[in-house]
Amino acid sequence: MMRYLESAITLRLDASLCDGCRRCVEVCPHGVLAMEARRARIADKGGCMECGACVKNCRRGALAVRAGVGCALALIGNVAAERDLTGPG
Amino acid sequence: MAGGIDPGLEHVVRGHLDTPAGPVPVVSTQLARVDHVGTLKARCGWGRMHYRVPPGLYAFGSPGAKSPVLVSANYKLTFDALRRELGGVDAWLLVVDTDGINVWCSAGKGIFSTELVVRSVQAAGLADVVSKRRLVLPQLAAPGVSAEEVRKQTGFYVAYGPVRARDIPAFLAAGQRATDEMRRVTFTARERIVLVPVELAHTAVPMLALALVAFVVGGLGQHGFSLVDAWRYGWVDAASVVGAAIAGVVATPLFLPWIPGRAFSVKGAVAGLSWVAVWMACRHGLGLQAGAAEWLVHTLLLVPLSSFLALGFTGCTPFTSLSGVRLETRRAIPAIVASLVSGVALALFVLLEGKLG
Repeated sequence: MMRYLESAITLRLDASLCDGCRRCVEVCPHGVLAMEARRARIADKGGCMECGACVKNCRRGALAVRAGVGCALALIGNVAAERDLTGPG
Repeated sequence: MAGGIDPGLEHVVRGHLDTPAGPVPVVSTQLARVDHVGTLKARCGWGRMHYRVPPGLYAFGSPGAKSPVLVSANYKLTFDALRRELGGVDAWLLVVDTDGINVWCSAGKGIFSTELVVRSVQAAGLADVVSKRRLVLPQLAAPGVSAEEVRKQTGFYVAYGPVRARDIPAFLAAGQRATDEMRRVTFTARERIVLVPVELAHTAVPMLALALVAFVVGGLGQHGFSLVDAWRYGWVDAASVVGAAIAGVVATPLFLPWIPGRAFSVKGAVAGLSWVAVWMACRHGLGLQAGAAEWLVHTLLLVPLSSFLALGFTGCTPFTSLSGVRLETRRAIPAIVASLVSGVALALFVLLEGKLG
């Protein structure tokens, strides 16, 4: 898989909250998460596309990301209405 | 309930299966000519937003109370992908109403949601049809659906199936286990190529309008607009514009992995610059040499066009993040605007100087 602008990725994991259910590993389409000693671990942060699947399916709230669709045209469309682009990050 | 089916989909239904929740249409796994024609049209952007299947429960093969229940979107291309791959499989298919949008995009937009799955399971009376409280959702529905919430609200456990429909038979045969490879999205040359016609269709009108402007500008000589000049030189400028648009909309997606840069706007600019170089060489060959000023005007106007169109392709890929796109857009748009403004200014200057001198 090709890689994009990795420094911008906002994915975070608090492994102390993880109960080892493996859902995040199951739903990630890029193999970003892996299991280690029965806890999730971010194995490839730069491969994350911020789709939010792992966050949505983590029942312990251990994961966080600014989820959304990486589409410039949608973003530009939102700017006029919400000034989305001037926000932090 | 999927009692009736659109007249346009009658060829899809082989018959009906009686269940405690009423008759369920049995789906043909042989794609007909009309399905292929429909796919072709949708891939070209023709009626793509209205190519949908009535939501509700369907049957593949002859499923029973213990057969697996697959859940999917009501986009016809999605439905057809399942039909193509599920020959010989006995399963239920619960089609949920995603507004005719594919699984991943509808999940990303929050249409394919926990609430939709819960509502659809209840509306289809699924609890009366199957004894096994288990759903197989497409993995790419996960951005919109919380497996835990679905279980809490319906009693059905959610297993996420593979990314691609063609892996479903192997997934089911392995006791609903997906390999790592089944869980990964890909973006192969073939997957990129099928996106190009829709992209072209979306940009065709503005692209041709710009080409027309270029054609007219090309006919501006010392004595104002002349049709003879436009005929003689205008097509050259119109072709410059069309080429730059194709560099952004066709060449960039096709050669994506090999074009330098990670930012799409950079890739598009590289493609646009390559087009300017190739086109200028062609013009030289045709005896239509350009001066330094014209070179510069071409570069300043055409490269941002390719760059912007390539930036738009971020929304069609399976690996660009929102944060990355924000970062890139915030940097690219000012550069694109600056380049266009200076290009127009320089073109006007050259034109006026030609008139005065």
